[in-house]
Amino acid sequence: MAHSATTAHGGPGPTAHGGPGEDRTRRDFLLYATSAVGVAGTALALWPFIDSMNPAADVLALSSSEVDLAPIAEGQSVTVTWRGKPVFIRHRTAEEIKAARDVNPGEMPDPQKDEDRVQKPEWLVLVGVCTHLGCIPLGQKPTDMKGQFGGWFCPCHGSHYDTSGRIRLGPAPANLAVPSYTFQSDTTIRIG
Amino acid sequence: MSAPASRNKLVKWIDDRLPVFTLMQHSAIDYPTPKNLNYWWNFGSLALFVMIIMILTGIFLAMNYTPHTAHAFESVERIMRDVNYGWLLRYLHMNGASMFFLVVFIHIFRGLYYGSYKNPREILWWIGLLIFFSMMATAFLGYVLPWGQMSFWGATVITNLFSAIPVVGQSIVTWLWGGFSVDNPTLNRFFALHYLLPFVMFALVFIHLWALHTVKSGNPLGIDVKGPQDTIPFHPYFTIKDLYGIGLLLIVYLYFVFYAPNFFGEPDNYIPANPMVTPPHIVPEWYFLPFYAILRAVPDKLFGVILMFASILVLFLLPWLDTSKVRSARFRPIYKQLFWLFLIDCLVLGYIGAKPPEGGYVLVGRIATIYYFAHFAFLPILGWIERPRPLPESISAPVIKGGAAKMMEKA
Ligand code: HEM
Ligand code: FES
Repeated sequence: MAHSATTAHGGPGPTAHGGPGEDRTRRDFLLYATSAVGVAGTALALWPFIDSMNPAADVLALSSSEVDLAPIAEGQSVTVTWRGKPVFIRHRTAEEIKAARDVNPGEMPDPQKDEDRVQKPEWLVLVGVCTHLGCIPLGQKPTDMKGQFGGWFCPCHGSHYDTSGRIRLGPAPANLAVPSYTFQSDTTIRIG
Repeated sequence: MSAPASRNKLVKWIDDRLPVFTLMQHSAIDYPTPKNLNYWWNFGSLALFVMIIMILTGIFLAMNYTPHTAHAFESVERIMRDVNYGWLLRYLHMNGASMFFLVVFIHIFRGLYYGSYKNPREILWWIGLLIFFSMMATAFLGYVLPWGQMSFWGATVITNLFSAIPVVGQSIVTWLWGGFSVDNPTLNRFFALHYLLPFVMFALVFIHLWALHTVKSGNPLGIDVKGPQDTIPFHPYFTIKDLYGIGLLLIVYLYFVFYAPNFFGEPDNYIPANPMVTPPHIVPEWYFLPFYAILRAVPDKLFGVILMFASILVLFLLPWLDTSKVRSARFRPIYKQLFWLFLIDCLVLGYIGAKPPEGGYVLVGRIATIYYFAHFAFLPILGWIERPRPLPESISAPVIKGGAAKMMEKA
């Protein structure tokens, strides 16, 4: 019953080629080499599967949107869709800009100066997704609650954003994100 | 054969409650395997390997596929052009189907040559045939999904086979379609079933292996294992041999995937389905051709369908049709010749299935069909008249007669 005694290493004992010791290290080497190649190969083969779940080319192609700003009056907000998410564009009033710039960012949960969040002071462009757990904050319509800081208020768990879209109060950890955008002309922007 | 699992405390803790490690130890490590298996015994593990690839690629394809007549074709094109590595997943799946059939055909013919279907492996053989049936159904359903011209007309022709059934035939076809032609409800249910069946197959493979590990593997000599001197443990001898086989298969498989991905396909299936126009020459996928040839060999609709199904069903009876006690064709001089003739006959049927049903092809198709069944009809008689060559005493007997005998005794 040679094999049942040596199943772990498989060799039929002393009758195998070479001495038992030499046999053992060679077998070990082969085992480790085979396993290493197998594991590396499998890992590489898995990548196409994983990557196929990433955004496809047609999804990426949808990832820029152009917006005409001309019809948006001062004090008005519009929501456009970009990558399936709402983007808030607010034509800020002088008071709103002043309110955003008169505070000391140092006291905020996610300190950032208003100047760093806009390209032109009157145009604030934000991804309208609460940084807490992804709800859409209120504040776009004139009748909406705008929270204690006159910006946006997320009804899900009560996050208050100011007129620069910065988190001021509530559970959200970060300011509303600013998407990358460029001014194509004075009155058009291209998001993404 | 105590489980070395007990070396590790956690392993032992789990094993005492759910003996997965003991199971693996018995069935993938210790499993006593005849030491004289040749490479034809690799094809079972190859089939398992291809099946796993099919299920994996299938699941990821399904994430981007839309089972609706208005979107199916485009969603497949999107997979080809836009989805990251979508082309790879799809070509692996398409060519995987062909590899699966290739491997399983060889697996079945291995069984025919070495008499693997005989006592005590009848149920193992049956489960194998059930797997084969599910494979054919799955392949057919899958071919419909891209909703090209061949998908649509293949689905129409195959579902219409059931209309041959007297009285209820047409109602059955309507039921299969969920309407009055192959249309969106058909596509929708075909997708659901195409997703389901591979998991049924997976379960059947487990039963297949359960049966296998109960009766143990046969071997090229077709004689029973007489004792431990006739076997070696599955690991490392057959784990490494099966891995080597997988390496070779991958070379063939990936050659097609990367260099000739549409070799097995029909160009017409890149034309979106059009219920108003049938392509001039519709042929099934290559693996259905022999059965297709049998269907067309008969001028009568109902009888043709019956004969086609019978060509597979007759394999279920094989363990009793073959009355010879000797398993391996090596020791059956006449059966061995007949085996090769039968294999050639199947290849001829495949060739005829790909040709238009006209002129000499019809005649050859009919002769080949008759020969197909004549082969099985003759087997019971052959068992009585054939004089088998003498069988070796045991698997290791030829070796023991040589120089290794003394060593084996010592061990
Ligand atoms: C998904 C398809 C299948 C898988 C994954 C599969 C898997 C396996 C495996 C792993 C083995 C042991 C290794 C070997 O003998 O090659 C085996 C043995 C066997 N299979 Fe299959 N099989 C499949 C389909 C079939 C079909 C379609 C048949 C026949 C109708 C069949 C009949 C047999 C028989 C008779 C044996 C025992 C052979 C012997 O030991 O002599 N299998 N199968
Ligand atoms: S999601 Fe906005 S506060 Fe929780």
